[in-house]
Amino acid sequence: MSALLSVAGLRKSFGAVVVADDTSFDIAQGEAVGILGPNGAGKTSLFNLVTGALSPDAGRITFQGQDISTSSAARRCKIGIARSFQVPQPFGGMTVFENALVGAVEGAGMRSHEAEAHVLAVLEDTGLLAKANIRAGALTLLDRKRLEMARALAARPKLLLLDEIAGGLTEAECTALIDTIKAVHAGGTTIIWIEHVVHALLAVVERLIVIDFGKKIAEGPPKTIMDSAEVKEIYLGVDPDV
Amino acid sequence: MSAPVVTRATRASRVAMVIAALAVIVLALAPWWAGRADLRLMGEIFLYLSLACLWNLMAGYAGLVSVGQQAFVGFGGYMLFALTIFGGLHPIVAILGSGVLAAMLSVPVAALIFRLKGAYFAIGTWVMAEVFRLTFAQVSALGGGSGTSLPVGVVKSLAASRSGREALSYWLALGAAITVITCVYLFLRSRRGLALTAIRDSEVAASGLGIDIWRTKLEVYVVTSAFTAIIGGLIFLQKLRISPDAAFSVNDWTAFVIFIVVIGGIGTLEGPIIGTLVFFLLRETLADFGTIYLMVLGAVAIVVMLKAPKGIWGLVRDRYDLELFPLSYRVRIKED
Repeated sequence: MSALLSVAGLRKSFGAVVVADDTSFDIAQGEAVGILGPNGAGKTSLFNLVTGALSPDAGRITFQGQDISTSSAARRCKIGIARSFQVPQPFGGMTVFENALVGAVEGAGMRSHEAEAHVLAVLEDTGLLAKANIRAGALTLLDRKRLEMARALAARPKLLLLDEIAGGLTEAECTALIDTIKAVHAGGTTIIWIEHVVHALLAVVERLIVIDFGKKIAEGPPKTIMDSAEVKEIYLGVDPDV
Repeated sequence: MSAPVVTRATRASRVAMVIAALAVIVLALAPWWAGRADLRLMGEIFLYLSLACLWNLMAGYAGLVSVGQQAFVGFGGYMLFALTIFGGLHPIVAILGSGVLAAMLSVPVAALIFRLKGAYFAIGTWVMAEVFRLTFAQVSALGGGSGTSLPVGVVKSLAASRSGREALSYWLALGAAITVITCVYLFLRSRRGLALTAIRDSEVAASGLGIDIWRTKLEVYVVTSAFTAIIGGLIFLQKLRISPDAAFSVNDWTAFVIFIVVIGGIGTLEGPIIGTLVFFLLRETLADFGTIYLMVLGAVAIVVMLKAPKGIWGLVRDRYDLELFPLSYRVRIKED
């Protein structure tokens, strides 16, 4: 089976700060992959590179066999890559419904009635339906994070990139979020998820990629990765000698 | 079981539409109930209202904060004179033609100034307008630096009598304002408008959701430039005289327009309408006090920016959740 997303030799640096150092990985169609790494490791930058918010210094990004390294962010969304932002970027003057409608109309290219029905379904799934008429600028941080996911889902992506959406949730909310993501994944959407709430991540993903200083340092099944000494040292701050 | 329904019109918007329709009828009959001076003033109000709506679309929605739209006001004015004097066109045809020419001209202008961001963009547009002014001042056939008047023959071709011309020029201004507001409203209500509103609120999220920001902005720039030139043509059809300094005045065609949009409420459709009314109310009451009038305008602008950064309409909308132009989508969850 060929990869849905393939990243090869990706490099990006801002002066002396290296956010992607020869990063390569493949994501298969229908997979759910988690990305771990300490703060500042280059996880969000990796998403920015994949979605086109940043352009790489070197390397290739292939989506469905098509080289998208130089495609615009808008184009990448239209062909099926949608993301949530770690720091929410709501359209503050628009209602929750309208925010998601942008994804359905522009990203997924749906006609108006189809788009409205789709958005209502997405808002229902993400628990935002009751707040559909509220201006996004007036939402709490938690709801803004929900909206990030709703908006990305409204674009009906083939590949969904989630950037730290579980932080700050209560146990019940976190369980609900996991169920939502599992349902999206079961529907055939491929998922890459950056998350510090490890138990939430492990409930969904089938594979983990660990990044530090822009370098991929480990990749494999969640259990193997979480047990490896290298990951414990770098990510969890455990001294291997102890 | 609940089935959510998506609607757009609200009670307030329906009432506003009825009132607006009545107001348009009353205003269309103005040549029969208003005096000559009032007619002229109202014509000017409609043209400023049009300029404000256009600038608001460009700056408030597309984020193109231009201080150089006088380039297209002046271009439209000069094209009216050039196309009627040298081309022998009817003034109304010339004005529409100036819109087409301005649209074509705005593409290379955009290719240049779109490379600039934020404050640099603003200054770039101003520089561009100065280039326009200096260029037209070189055209001796149009009076060079001192300007020229519209020939009597051209003026007479509008209507034989003076009162007929005044009524026609008033109706053209009213028609322009209605056309501009309707077009901007329909545009914002369409799916392109949804995209533009998203750009207004967050460019990074908008591009991540599939919106081509550069193309959307270019479309807005071209359309507003064309309409701005048409309004410019109408302004100088009312004035009957043009000179580079009057045509490309940054004060008259941009500073006042920005004042109107900012105090009314930038990034809303209702804002420029309220702003225009406030501006003319201030201007007409303070007209006798000379330069104090400009100082009061400045003071009002500062107070509004500090106390109500979203303008008068922003204040009203936040407090009463009002919307006169039904742009929003509202989800109603029906219980049955």
